[in-house]
Amino acid sequence: MKHKLKFSLMNSSWGVSFISAAMAIFIGLLFGFIILLISNSREAVPGFFAILQGGFADGAKGIGDMLYNAIPIILTGLSVGFAFKTGLFNIGASGQFTMGAFVAIFIGIKWTFLPGHLHWIVALTGALIAGALWGLLPGILKAYYNVHEVISSIMMNYIGMYLVNILIVKNIHDKIKNQSLPVAKTAIIPKAGLDKIFETNNMNIGILIAILAVIVIYIILSKTTLGYELKACGLSPTASKYAGINAKNKIILSMLIAGALSGLGGGLLYLAGSGKYLQVVDILAPQGFAGISVALLGMSNPIGILFAGLFIAHLTVGGVNIQLYSFAPEVIDIIISAIIYCGAFSLLFKNIILKINKRSSRQEASK
Amino acid sequence: MEYVIEMNHITKEFGDFKAVDDVTFKVKKGEIHALLGENGAGKSTLMSILFGLYQAENGDISINEKPVKINNPNDANDLGIGMVHQHFKLVHNFTVLESIVLGKETTKNGFLKMEEARNKINKLSEQYKLKIDPDARISDITVGMQQRVEILKMLYRDNDILIFDEPTAVLTQQEIDELMKIMKDMTEEGKSIVFITHKLNEIKAAANRCSVLRKGKYIGTVDVSVTSKEEMSEMMVGRKISFVINKDECTSEEPVLKVQSLTITNKETKKDKVNNVSFNVNKGEILCIAGIDGNGQSELVQGITGLLPLTSGKILLNNEDVTKSSIRQKCIAGFAHIPEDRQKYGLVLDYSLKENAVLQTYYEPKFQKNGFIKFDAVKEYAKKLIDEFDIRSSQGEDSVVRGMSGGNQQKLIVAREIDRDPDIIIAVQPTRGLDVGAIEYIHKQLIAQRCTGKAVLLVSFDLDEVMNVSDRILVMYEGEIVGDLNPKETTVQELGLYMSGTKRSVYNEA
Repeated sequence: MKHKLKFSLMNSSWGVSFISAAMAIFIGLLFGFIILLISNSREAVPGFFAILQGGFADGAKGIGDMLYNAIPIILTGLSVGFAFKTGLFNIGASGQFTMGAFVAIFIGIKWTFLPGHLHWIVALTGALIAGALWGLLPGILKAYYNVHEVISSIMMNYIGMYLVNILIVKNIHDKIKNQSLPVAKTAIIPKAGLDKIFETNNMNIGILIAILAVIVIYIILSKTTLGYELKACGLSPTASKYAGINAKNKIILSMLIAGALSGLGGGLLYLAGSGKYLQVVDILAPQGFAGISVALLGMSNPIGILFAGLFIAHLTVGGVNIQLYSFAPEVIDIIISAIIYCGAFSLLFKNIILKINKRSSRQEASK
Repeated sequence: MEYVIEMNHITKEFGDFKAVDDVTFKVKKGEIHALLGENGAGKSTLMSILFGLYQAENGDISINEKPVKINNPNDANDLGIGMVHQHFKLVHNFTVLESIVLGKETTKNGFLKMEEARNKINKLSEQYKLKIDPDARISDITVGMQQRVEILKMLYRDNDILIFDEPTAVLTQQEIDELMKIMKDMTEEGKSIVFITHKLNEIKAAANRCSVLRKGKYIGTVDVSVTSKEEMSEMMVGRKISFVINKDECTSEEPVLKVQSLTITNKETKKDKVNNVSFNVNKGEILCIAGIDGNGQSELVQGITGLLPLTSGKILLNNEDVTKSSIRQKCIAGFAHIPEDRQKYGLVLDYSLKENAVLQTYYEPKFQKNGFIKFDAVKEYAKKLIDEFDIRSSQGEDSVVRGMSGGNQQKLIVAREIDRDPDIIIAVQPTRGLDVGAIEYIHKQLIAQRCTGKAVLLVSFDLDEVMNVSDRILVMYEGEIVGDLNPKETTVQELGLYMSGTKRSVYNEA
């Protein structure tokens, strides 16, 4: 009986998944530590602790920074994870994110005729719609012309990036800094006192909106007929066809929602009033690709994605801090990659855990 | 008496599961020894141990009265043991000759020397009347011929102990009769044969003795000539099974499903997989489409149910044209479909039992409100199906379907489709791979549906099923209906002639 209790965590499938994810993280961190050792062995230990401490190094402000970093990647993570549940790989989160960011900034600068308390809401909604449209097109191409969504959404990433560069230069260009102009104060997301609690100007109700998005997606996926249909299409396209589910519809809808989430992420980041501007550069938004990592680490589960986003943001803040020990912040990217890489082995870890379970239960039986 | 195979007290475990539990199995020289049991009884596991694919935890094996240790199939081969697998292991673009010598090529200085092999194969082929052309390509010859190639492979390697794993599953009746004769000829030449099957007719026709396994345990060995089929099936299942299915007449003249000049063209090959097929299925009738696998039956059903686009033709349900209806509309109109590939089409394997129970009905008001699924109602419904249709699984309605046995997966589909109260049930191979108990159950369900005034369209490759269950038989050959037969007036042999394209009584008007 005692024995059973001891292994109850390892016996439940949820527990096994959790442990295998923890093992992936542990091995990823270990790998990062080795990198630190190689590049500067003297500072490796304090540097590594800075990473582990991450957002917790700086008290409330650190946590605030962590949450601020988490918002966009939770949303792009949701975007990728949601599409993945429908069997689609939305690699276009980056373009959708950029389009959302641009429309949010554009409305934030130009539509000053809107009443103050509505301005930021309209700007965010614009971001949502822009992202949705950017996801819609690959969805339609996939559903009706069988164009693979990976190819079309990669193309959409580049189209989005260059288009936004052109549009910024034409409409809202700050020529001196080669970036977008600052948005009107009314377009900035309300802080609702969160900036005081976390002692950082970056904090606003964006984190609450992100959590709301997580809850909404969770409900859609697990409680609604739409979620049932979307998941069926993802798990077995043939069986859902047999069941009479209109797969074309579902593919388009799934990409539309995925795009909206990424677009919202873009809006939330650039309307935060944190002094961040859209740069006119030929670089795809990295938040879109971070979203892939977050979705993978969170196993496409909305709740998992929330924590994966927070965790990666935590490491990112740690990555900024290790510059004190003269490490390049890119080390964090390597650690995150290593964790994701180990995450791919989670099945292997699962099997190892199951084998250990079996062996111990057999020993028990032979006693 | 001389035993060629002696397997004593063999036990094989997979985890906690004992696939073979203390089984003793002995084969005499020169006999055909049938190994009978349901799916999962341990027949294949036992033979895999003999063939060196698995190692037994307990027990010992003697071949020709010498104790041996068989670690891999090469050891088995050296001891003269050969196996014809259920799914042939042939290279499709090789010739017959190349396939047979593969792995045991006759060479000189690193170059193939085929003449020697060819002579040997021709001699063997003549000796056992296998009638094989050594230069034909595997892809061009029939399944029956491919099986003979597998047999020749064993003979070419001078195997004296031949294991046949369910060899008749893919053959027509004529081919089965010929195989039986070949097997008998081989025993006369001093070979010993183990014949794995769950078909009692074939055991009666060919075997000398029969050993029965049930749930991994050895039940007994009987002399086939003095044991009835009923006795053997009771040993196999553990209870009495009725072979005769009681059917009351309840066929009417009222057509439920009308299929008119249906043609389906394969997009890539431009060949007509279904060519101008017309038929009616009447109320209270089980219409069976018989034929050898690959003659257009699958495409016909997929066309009718909407999974494949039609090239031309019409489909009417209760005199309403549903040719252009979507799958969902057909579902609502009264179609039920038990698909050929239950794992690919019939179920979302990673969904739970309860989620699969509402695969076509989740959107109905009883299971959803404002787009939210009523999980309580779904759960209750799944429980009802589990009770009524005796679906067994480890965690009831929450079991993930992937982990359920094939028989219970199929029961779930049958339960779901019948419970939707359709007008026509289209069932393709509904009993494939199931054990006798489950087959009996599904047949009873289909017949019960027919008696409540529903129509059933049954596609089957299993002639026993065709003969026992149907009210009318259509035979399909190369995409066309070639025969319209009454099961009471025809024989399995006659059906075989139609299925192989030798005979034809229905002609296309076009």
